[in-house]
Amino acid sequence: MDPHIFLIQLLNGVQYGLLLFLVASGLTLIFGIMGVINLAHGSFYMLGAYLAWSLTAQLGNFWLALLSGFVLSVVLGMLLEWLFIRHLYRRDHLQQVLLTYGLILIFSELRSIVWGDDVHSVAVPALLAGSIPLTETLAYPVYRIWLSIICVVLAAGMYYLIQHTRLGMMIRAGASNREMTQSLGIDIGLLYRLVFAFGIALAAFAGMLAAPVSSVYPGMGNQVLIICFVVVVIGGIGSVKGAMAAALLIGLVDTFGKVVEFEIGGFRVLPELAGMSVFVMMAIVLLWRPEGLFGARLR
Amino acid sequence: MSTRVRSIALLVGLALLLVFPLVGDRFYVQFFSKILIMTIFAGSLNLLVGYTGLISLGHAAFFGIAGYILALYSPDTAAAGLLTSLLLSVGGAALLALLIGSLVVRTGGIFFIMATLAFAEMLFYLFHDTAIAGGSDGIYIYQRPTLMIAGWQPLDLANIVHFYYLVLFFSLAAIVSIHTLLRSPFGKVIVGIRVNEQRMRALGFHTYRYKLVCFVIAGALAGLAGYLAASQFGVVNPEMLGWHLSGSVLMMVILGGMGTLVGPVLGAFSLMMLEEGFQSITKHWQLLTGAVIVLVALYLPRGFAGLLPKRTGNKTLPPRSKGGTGSSAAVDRPYV
Amino acid sequence: MSEVVLETRDLSRNFEGLVAVDGVSLSCRMSEVHAVIGPNGAGKSTLINLLSGDLRPSAGSVFLRGEDVTGLSSPRISRLGVGRSYQRTNVFLPFTVFENCRLAAQSRLDTSMRFFRQALHYRAVSDAAMRAIEQVGLAQQTDKPVEALSHGEQRQVEIAMTLATNPSLLLLDEPLAGMGAEESVQIVELLRTLASDHAILLVEHDMDAVFALANTLTVMVNGAILESGEPQAVRSNRLVQVAYLGEHDFGSNRF
Repeated sequence: MDPHIFLIQLLNGVQYGLLLFLVASGLTLIFGIMGVINLAHGSFYMLGAYLAWSLTAQLGNFWLALLSGFVLSVVLGMLLEWLFIRHLYRRDHLQQVLLTYGLILIFSELRSIVWGDDVHSVAVPALLAGSIPLTETLAYPVYRIWLSIICVVLAAGMYYLIQHTRLGMMIRAGASNREMTQSLGIDIGLLYRLVFAFGIALAAFAGMLAAPVSSVYPGMGNQVLIICFVVVVIGGIGSVKGAMAAALLIGLVDTFGKVVEFEIGGFRVLPELAGMSVFVMMAIVLLWRPEGLFGARLR
Repeated sequence: MSTRVRSIALLVGLALLLVFPLVGDRFYVQFFSKILIMTIFAGSLNLLVGYTGLISLGHAAFFGIAGYILALYSPDTAAAGLLTSLLLSVGGAALLALLIGSLVVRTGGIFFIMATLAFAEMLFYLFHDTAIAGGSDGIYIYQRPTLMIAGWQPLDLANIVHFYYLVLFFSLAAIVSIHTLLRSPFGKVIVGIRVNEQRMRALGFHTYRYKLVCFVIAGALAGLAGYLAASQFGVVNPEMLGWHLSGSVLMMVILGGMGTLVGPVLGAFSLMMLEEGFQSITKHWQLLTGAVIVLVALYLPRGFAGLLPKRTGNKTLPPRSKGGTGSSAAVDRPYV
Repeated sequence: MSEVVLETRDLSRNFEGLVAVDGVSLSCRMSEVHAVIGPNGAGKSTLINLLSGDLRPSAGSVFLRGEDVTGLSSPRISRLGVGRSYQRTNVFLPFTVFENCRLAAQSRLDTSMRFFRQALHYRAVSDAAMRAIEQVGLAQQTDKPVEALSHGEQRQVEIAMTLATNPSLLLLDEPLAGMGAEESVQIVELLRTLASDHAILLVEHDMDAVFALANTLTVMVNGAILESGEPQAVRSNRLVQVAYLGEHDFGSNRF
């Protein structure tokens, strides 16, 4: 492969992986801390993208759209937690699956009612519209580089928050022992509300960031949800570190899988099958370490 | 409800189902066939979710693959033989369940939910993104399977009344088989696994094998349902493997009431009637379905079966016991 | 002397650097009651979990009748004739007493991959379950769901289930904890009877029971063996008295 194309694919793969991490880390945090499996997580990614599209059109400014969209998602998250999610903490996974599946249907129809079923695109903000030339013919868009940097900053911020702050300590304590945390006088209800709101806001924010590089379309939420499940299964449930490693791995495998044509034992493996490669990876991880790369060992 | 009232209700229901095609409108005969197929599908998933405690969100994979096998096996200009094609479809679904099951059964709890969904989606992409069997448009079955015995044709699946009775026979057979299975030593083991898997292991049961076999049985039954669905509509497309169908059938199991024999029947009937009703009201009918599902999750944790009067000697399954040494809760939720 | 049923060599287990069991070597013979005592957190339950296969040892080996079984899974260990009871009652709460013991007895079928005949029609299984229920004195409660029983009775179910698997080695983790005085006496009597044709490893805090039953006594502190031998000899060891009595006051009548 041409080294420049290789570089571009590498950057694309990392960027896709980092974006996946934003969505998957929210999913894994909500599960790791609150014990809730949120099937509707992908819906927030989709809502974020539509919000970015609609708000940019309304406000005429991508940055204002990003900011107001993020605030809106946090508020939406807190509202949803208060309305629905808080009733699920002591319930079986099954009721969580049921309720959050219901939410998927509701969000999908609401999106259809409010914004329609069309595919849209969002213009890259003028400030980041340029490209960095790699060779005379190849260039890499500035927006994609900026997007990767934002993701890294957010990931670093999350790491600092969890490892080194009082809030992070509360989060870690809440994850390991709900009763103990409560007896320490920590308002676990508020903590959970914040974690949920922050978790889904991460997904929505990822959707907003992705809007200018991918198109905005109805099925985008479900697609990202499934890839996030693969990320979480590979990385280990509740592990933010694992989510990062797995997301980057999947980003790279998926991106390179789409451009490289392999030959295995005389059979040409078509790029159409690239979509399968991430699932094959998941199968291997399940065989080798069923608890995920960074999950706790069982025995 | 006394056993007698129950038996009478069952018999009346059965009689109604038997005479229905003689008096019913063509549309409803087809609609009821569709519902009965879904009761088989939901019943197979109930074996996993309700009795073994394995929450699968990818059960449509086995339903869909059986449909695809029938479609690919059927010649364009002649009808496929019922017995051979049925055997191939159900066997194929069982084989796929063995393959996926041997991987996903190694995990539990929420991992299982995610992994089953992911593998089913893998299959979806396989049929959606490649040219196998018509890609995203799907494939038609021009001639429905028929049963031929020495030149005599007792069953033609293109005949909707024949089809209805075949489906009714299979759904009753499925319920009776599940009932028998649950009373057998195998059935006692899977229910034990649901309540306390770690203790089952300590008692000497290799729980992995039992869960895997249960997964394969459920996959084969789902394959039977998928075969029937494909023969009913004569078309198979990737949606048949998709997660919306997996989600819907899981909803049927939960709505009806898990771990009961009537639950899947109740769930399939109520969800499909509801959807039919909602579709006649609005184009955005899924909004209403979603609202019903949310309300059931919040207020009817035992599903619609929870609304039925309790029968003496409560037959519904008790909840999974919480806590206990080495319960799955500890495995499910490691530290961040 | 009778056959050595269980033997461990330098058995250890760490949890993320924390040593829970530290180089434990002990053995248990047929017809012997080997009691293991020690303060809370001494690693007694972890030791049992290592022997039953619920946990995998970090180092060292376990032998059953001379055969190396280190690291085998709990179903395999159970099928080699090892029955264990749990410190915290670990049963099928929604099931009846009978179904709990019947499941336990069913585990001794060569396989439960039997799909057609009713489970209740396997007479030998049901009989074994009833025998175990009678042995622990729960015959009156056979058809009650376990969750409806008193805590002490649930402890008896725990033991009955262990017996229903027809083990030759019993690993009992505080079988008497939470039982009333009357039930305790009954279970001590039962254990004395069982001792004639079983090997029993007994972890117990009730010192009266320990001294009534044990042929061998091992004291564990901080995961390691402090002293092991003849019960009376161990009791008089000053080191044991300091280590044990110094940390935990069990009352004069207990130790």
